[in-house]
Amino acid sequence: MKRPIALLAGLALLATACGGTTRSDVAAQRSAAPAASTAPAAADPNAPIKPGLKIAFLPKQVNNPYFTIANRDGVAAAKEFGGEGKEVGPSEASASSQVSYINTLIQQKQDAIVISANDPNAVVPALKQAMAAGIKVVSYDSDTAQDGRNVFVNQASAEDLGRTQVQLLAGQLGHKGKIAVLSATPNATNQNTWIEFMKDELTKPEYKDMELVKVAYGNDDDQKSFTETQGLLRSYPDLAGIISPTTVGIAAAARYLSDSDFKGKVKLTGLGTPNQLRAFVKDGTIEGFELWNPGDLGYLAGWAAAALASGQITGAEGERFKAGRLGEYTVGAGGEVLLGKPTVFDAQNIDDFDF
Amino acid sequence: MTVFAGRIARVRELGIVVALVVLFGVTGAVNPAFLSPAGLRDILLNSAIIATLAVGQTLVVVTRNVDLSVSSVVGISAFGGALILADHPQVPIPVVIAGCVLLGAACGAVNGLLVGVAKVPALVATLGTLYAFRGVDHAWAGGRQVNAADMPPGFLRLGSADVLGVPLPALVALTVLLAVGWVLRNLPQGRELYAIGSSPEAAVLAGIPVKRRVVSAFVAGGALAGLAGVMWAARFGTVDATVATGKELDVIAAVVVGGVAIFGGSGTVYGAALGALLLSGITSALAVLRVDALAQTAVNGALILAAIMLDRLLALRVARSLRKRRRDAR
Repeated sequence: MKRPIALLAGLALLATACGGTTRSDVAAQRSAAPAASTAPAAADPNAPIKPGLKIAFLPKQVNNPYFTIANRDGVAAAKEFGGEGKEVGPSEASASSQVSYINTLIQQKQDAIVISANDPNAVVPALKQAMAAGIKVVSYDSDTAQDGRNVFVNQASAEDLGRTQVQLLAGQLGHKGKIAVLSATPNATNQNTWIEFMKDELTKPEYKDMELVKVAYGNDDDQKSFTETQGLLRSYPDLAGIISPTTVGIAAAARYLSDSDFKGKVKLTGLGTPNQLRAFVKDGTIEGFELWNPGDLGYLAGWAAAALASGQITGAEGERFKAGRLGEYTVGAGGEVLLGKPTVFDAQNIDDFDF
Repeated sequence: MTVFAGRIARVRELGIVVALVVLFGVTGAVNPAFLSPAGLRDILLNSAIIATLAVGQTLVVVTRNVDLSVSSVVGISAFGGALILADHPQVPIPVVIAGCVLLGAACGAVNGLLVGVAKVPALVATLGTLYAFRGVDHAWAGGRQVNAADMPPGFLRLGSADVLGVPLPALVALTVLLAVGWVLRNLPQGRELYAIGSSPEAAVLAGIPVKRRVVSAFVAGGALAGLAGVMWAARFGTVDATVATGKELDVIAAVVVGGVAIFGGSGTVYGAALGALLLSGITSALAVLRVDALAQTAVNGALILAAIMLDRLLALRVARSLRKRRRDAR
């Protein structure tokens, strides 16, 4: 009879002990998190990268070639600094689906989450919970609202992308002729911002002989982009060039031009990936196009996450950190880290890239 | 009686033909480039894939069923074909095409067994396989994209080559259309599909092997979706796991606009193909006419409704005059 009672007493003790630890754990985390976020001055640029950091990459959508490349290099970055990277995410790019992944990552006690937000606001409450639990949050490719992350790794500034695409096409056209834009959907935020900068660039005196006649929308759908390209060429017979700032649009337009009478006569440029457009650069449909390197984007985001989780940076303007092969980066205003100017791909260099 | 029914059927398509003539006439008057040989070639190419799918969908719809999974079957077939061509260039192109058609037929068989044998309502069964096939496609692709540079130029040329001045995909669609149209009109197996759609119970009592016919309608529809997948890969040259997402609604719209009754039993593949031509004609016309991009979708929908109303109006008028003539004859 004595033994069971003793056992019970022991169990009870154990239970209270466990309860105690858990509660104090949570309390510690609760008090630690705000302390960290209210005292951003605590960055130590010389802090070593902590070993064994667990970093999760949460793209807009898995199985998307762009993110597959970005996250492959992100995971490779984690390996370089002795951490452990993984990619998780929904198969459909919707805002609500990312929230449940964030919750799971909080339970798994990841050290950092690297996210490309499907909706800038919908994921913020979940990300705030993550930060309250001591997890560092880096957004890349597509930013969240500013209070939902510590740092945003920006692939390229909207201004650079808008202006350089016009410069690229103008160079191919000798600064002369009618041009059109083949965009994604009419409400695509990125594309619309770029197009505004394109229009602004075109107001400069060196483009006085160039005219933007139409912005068409291919809705990032092969068939619709095809039809819109045909429509542009039929309704503006003297069209000289097309800018398509979306990978689906430029591939469809290139495919159409490559076996039409307009091949080589109407210049096409925009944003695309080298693998996607290799055939069209080689057959002369496209002279040159541009994009940031998505691998570098994931890689830089991985290093930014490690720098945050190790206390090298907190996300305040002016802090600096090292990002492996890419060198040193500085955090800009609003916690933004800019990857750099876009890369131009043409017949000379396209075979050096595989993505 | 068959002459009478045949006339009504012909009249149904006449409405679409009138709508097509109006569309092409007005657009061509505003911008003659729309009716240039190159412009017409574009329209034929644009509608070939949807027309092939609409023919397959008609087979299923006349039996009072529907196949929502076509877009996913196109996707999986396009990706499968492109992947084989990219990774195993030694496989002859005809073998790849045959493989894609078989893959489509297999997907169709899954749908057919679910609907015909397990008696799951077609709307539910094919909604399920719409996601299931797309899911398999995603898992298979694993984020990979097959690009034009990865596929043999000979295959890509199939997507745009001309035979006797007509683009090859349009010829394929036309061949499929004539073959299926002939079967539906002249073979007992074809007529039985209509009987099943008109009254499934009566069809059973009449001794028609309903299960087998429904399964074969789905298999044939799937095979055509597989063929459309190859056409897609050859035409667009960029293939990933999201190919043709959402296209099932375009196909069903083409079928319905073409005068095929959504509750089965009537309509022809010619109507469905004309419906596909009309829908892609509208999209092309809006692009050529410089219609404001933000208004395009709304105008597109309005034009589809206008086409259907025109069709309905003509059908009613002809039916009335026929009734009148019959009364006068009596």
